[in-house]
Amino acid sequence: MSETQTDTAAPIDGKGYWKEVIRLTLALLAIWFLASFGAGILFREVLDSVNIGGAPLGFWFAQNGAIYIFVALIFYYCFAMNRIERKYRIEG
Amino acid sequence: MDWTIFWVASTFAVYIGIAIWARAGSTNDFYVAGHGVHPVVNGMATAADWMSAASFLSMAGLIAVLGYGGSVYLMGWTGGYVLLALLLAPFLREFGKFTVPDFVGDRYYSDTARLVAVICALFVSFTYIAGQMSGVGIAFSRFLGVDFNTGIFIGMGIVFIYAVLGGMKGVTYTQVAQYVVLIFAYTVPAIFISLMLTGNPIPQLGFLSNIKGEDVSMIQKLSDTLTSLGFAEYTTTDKTTFDVFCITAALMFGTAGLPHVIIRFFTVPRARDARLSAGWALVFIALLYTVAPAVGAFSRLNVIETVNETTYVAPGEAYEAEAAALAAEGITPSPDWFARWEATNLVGFEDKNGDGAMQIRGPNAPDGLANEVTINNDIAVLASPEIAQLPDWVVGLMVAGGLAAALSTAAGLLMVISSAISHDLCRRTFFKGMSDKSELRVARLAAAGAVVAAGFMGIYSAQLAFVAQVVAFAFGLAAASLFPVILLGIFWKRMNREGAIASMLTGLIPTFLYIWHFKLGAGKDAGPDEWFLGVSPEGIGFVVMIASILVGVGVSLATRAPPQEIQDLVEDIRVPGRRSPHGGGDADMAPAE
Repeated sequence: MSETQTDTAAPIDGKGYWKEVIRLTLALLAIWFLASFGAGILFREVLDSVNIGGAPLGFWFAQNGAIYIFVALIFYYCFAMNRIERKYRIEG
Repeated sequence: MDWTIFWVASTFAVYIGIAIWARAGSTNDFYVAGHGVHPVVNGMATAADWMSAASFLSMAGLIAVLGYGGSVYLMGWTGGYVLLALLLAPFLREFGKFTVPDFVGDRYYSDTARLVAVICALFVSFTYIAGQMSGVGIAFSRFLGVDFNTGIFIGMGIVFIYAVLGGMKGVTYTQVAQYVVLIFAYTVPAIFISLMLTGNPIPQLGFLSNIKGEDVSMIQKLSDTLTSLGFAEYTTTDKTTFDVFCITAALMFGTAGLPHVIIRFFTVPRARDARLSAGWALVFIALLYTVAPAVGAFSRLNVIETVNETTYVAPGEAYEAEAAALAAEGITPSPDWFARWEATNLVGFEDKNGDGAMQIRGPNAPDGLANEVTINNDIAVLASPEIAQLPDWVVGLMVAGGLAAALSTAAGLLMVISSAISHDLCRRTFFKGMSDKSELRVARLAAAGAVVAAGFMGIYSAQLAFVAQVVAFAFGLAAASLFPVILLGIFWKRMNREGAIASMLTGLIPTFLYIWHFKLGAGKDAGPDEWFLGVSPEGIGFVVMIASILVGVGVSLATRAPPQEIQDLVEDIRVPGRRSPHGGGDADMAPAE
């Protein structure tokens, strides 16, 4: 465990970068939680009083809606991370 | 039958062709496909790796029976990818080694931690793989008239060729082919059933549409039909909200902690490819997972409408003549697909009231009649092409699709088992001076040994009671023992060796004992009243995971902080490109040639 090497040529603000990554991650995890555990489980009965097409909304979130939101979350994460990495001149 | 043989034989030929083309030349090729897999390709391979025989054959039927209760699988087995993308995959890729125990051992500067992680990884993978192999045996024995054991041997032979020859490289490209086979087999019948029932060709939209030609939605009609027959309403469950929460969480965190899923993200070139790859994996998985609830609901409604109260006609040569005679008298005969599947024992009829008609009834049937029709969950998918009256060649494709799903998952698990033995146990723990060439040879031997072991576990799975409960075990253990140490290892620099070992053991032992007790042991017949906090064995992994995190943090704080070089390592994997210019980090594992 000695091969860790740091790039001294280009000083990168690792701390600032990490802070922004954490903020983004927490925001996206909040949406992740609300879409699945929130809409699909905890608030299902409330949402079920509304219909989306022919299905109760909470039921739909649990069986379809949450999955669409998961996909969107990951692609947004990729997009936002690339932006942050450009800002901090980080090349993965 | 002929089409089934055609599809199975030609897909197998493709897999073998890929295996010969993608031979591995180094351990780097063998474990991580040379870190050279395109993110979209890896996404597709991950989807096939992930979706097992259970996802392909059984999930839609399970949802059809459970209704809303089936949502735990849909959310649990997809939501885990958000955790993988945001919390684990890019950082583990940046770490740049080959296996999950690699990370645990290096991050926690301890061979003991590495060993505990190896035990977790092996246990999870072996239980999981036995189910896949017995799935292969069932597919062969039911649909190709081959003996169950012979079927497993054929499956073992195929996986042997591409996993032993090609390692991760061979597995990756066969998984891509297997994904194409399984998604085609799954969605084509779904599109036609959706069209038939709702007039909308997109199953996800048909799921929300009205029944064709009627002013009632499909879901509403299904719920009404079910309640009129004495079943529970489709959009409810008898589980408590808390239990549903815990099961969903255990499946999500378990998905993120499963070694055979994690190692797929080691095969892409950089951390950002790992993130993108998780997104593509979920797209390819969602193609099946958003269709599954539609298939489940359609088939439940369709089976009731076409079977209930029809007059039973026995399967056999005389079926067509008898059915036609009944129809001429204005009596509806039982459908021909029912007769055909009766031969495989996946559906059954017992005329309890002796009226010759088939009654489907729930536990609270208003007319007091008993249920006479048994239908295996797998029918929802397997019989879908026949129910939609698709040509025979589509019917045959379903078996090839099921085999593709089982074999791709088995191969991914084999890679975990072989790398845990050759890399983590031999190279990193017991024979540290081993050369790359001999490690590659050991890896091939370990893969070969694992194929044989998995085959025998599949053959004896009927006697090994725990195989049927593999889902609860694998996900519970992955969530409670592996997920916390990886997560804390990345996001909390202060986490140390003592904390990691304590956390893994806290996750492993109580989860194992709880599931064992309530699934196989003395508490097998116990109800929710006896469960801890009312949490079912499927959901206990989440509760133990919380405990495991608390123990890990507590023990770490009470003992010495990890050495400075480890803290530096953690900082480095957080920032892409730091660990090495090209995110490799495996300069000490250079290819043999």
